[in-house]
Amino acid sequence: MTTQEWKFTARDIAEKPDQFLSGHRACAGCVPATVLRLVMKATRGPTIVTEATGCMEVVSSIYPYTSWAVPWLHTAFETAAANAAGIDAALKALKRKGQVKEHIDIIAIAGDGGTYDIGLQALSGAVERGHDFLFVLYDNEAYMNTGIQRSGGTPLGAATTTTPAGSVRPGKLQHKKPITDIMVAHDMEYVATASPYYWKDLLTKVRKGLEVEGPAFLHVFATCPRGWRSDPANSIEYTKLAVESCVFPLWEAVNGEYQLSTPSKLIALAPQKKKPVTDYLKGQGRFRHLFKPQGKPVLDEIQRWTDERWAKLLKKCGEAPKTA
Amino acid sequence: MSREKTWKEISPAGVCPKSSTSFLTGDWKTYTPVRDLEKCTTCLICVIYCPDGAIRWRPELGKIEIDLNFCKGCGICANECPTKAITMKLDKGDE
Repeated sequence: MTTQEWKFTARDIAEKPDQFLSGHRACAGCVPATVLRLVMKATRGPTIVTEATGCMEVVSSIYPYTSWAVPWLHTAFETAAANAAGIDAALKALKRKGQVKEHIDIIAIAGDGGTYDIGLQALSGAVERGHDFLFVLYDNEAYMNTGIQRSGGTPLGAATTTTPAGSVRPGKLQHKKPITDIMVAHDMEYVATASPYYWKDLLTKVRKGLEVEGPAFLHVFATCPRGWRSDPANSIEYTKLAVESCVFPLWEAVNGEYQLSTPSKLIALAPQKKKPVTDYLKGQGRFRHLFKPQGKPVLDEIQRWTDERWAKLLKKCGEAPKTA
Repeated sequence: MSREKTWKEISPAGVCPKSSTSFLTGDWKTYTPVRDLEKCTTCLICVIYCPDGAIRWRPELGKIEIDLNFCKGCGICANECPTKAITMKLDKGDE
């Protein structure tokens, strides 16, 4: 990978025509829609997009409309990465026959359901075979499209329709699956996490992922105001608070070498800037029950787990642990 | 007796896909963004964050335009604007 620095300025982004078009039917305040708009702003040339079933596939392709200004293929829930592998193989064959001359980038997009749970084996296989594609996971932390069912990406304590909060259970009982670490364990050249609030960081990581000759994985945090029962106006705010509270730290792993990205690096250097997880959790209806007296142990557990994972990440990144 | 129409002559069940830019989602909104042009510094943050691509930068005019045909009134732009130049109004704005 080249070490070239990309300087995406606000004006560059604003002047580049959208490739994920207006008129899609996402809810008001849908951050995955912002994420896809920004991802498509970072493309470097001809691009083919393949997308697993999920919110963003449904809202962008309601017949007979399409919100895509690039070749786009819908595929089943489990096969975004398998489809990308097929496109890669087909392009290689066409190049060998001389029918395609230029390089074409492939982006596979799936939600947390299509990555953490249903799409994991296809993703793991495509990465192992070394196909050249960028996998973008937009993580809104549940199956929002089908009515807010819990997924492997749903955090502890979140109320969903299949893990409702009540007198018996405090929402989901398990922690979020560390999907990005699972992808790093595949010995990939490029794995990163990104948050749309830090848009420049997000675009740079998309471009880095496309530049890699081989598979790359990008995990993007994306608020769902419908499923999180939060104010649509605060959608982008939550993607900032998640980073500031270290619930979703930003880092990249190049050839397995972990490195903190600037927003998280600043928190590592000045631990007093690290916000308590309650700053991020409050205001979200899915965590409302945790702010009642009986929810305190769950809140404490979320804080403990977040601190533990942050300390582990600092160790992986070679940062000396500092106390606030 | 008149000839029956062939399959090529009857109305098609499927039609070619068209761009969603001809599908206007602007009437979904409750609140309308209204800009204070004196406070706006054209930093383009609202253009970047808008989920619907409804806020557009027009370089030839040197200004930002809000396309109410697509704005769903989520209020992200008003919340993220560094100079608080956008407010969400219940009544239809003057833009």
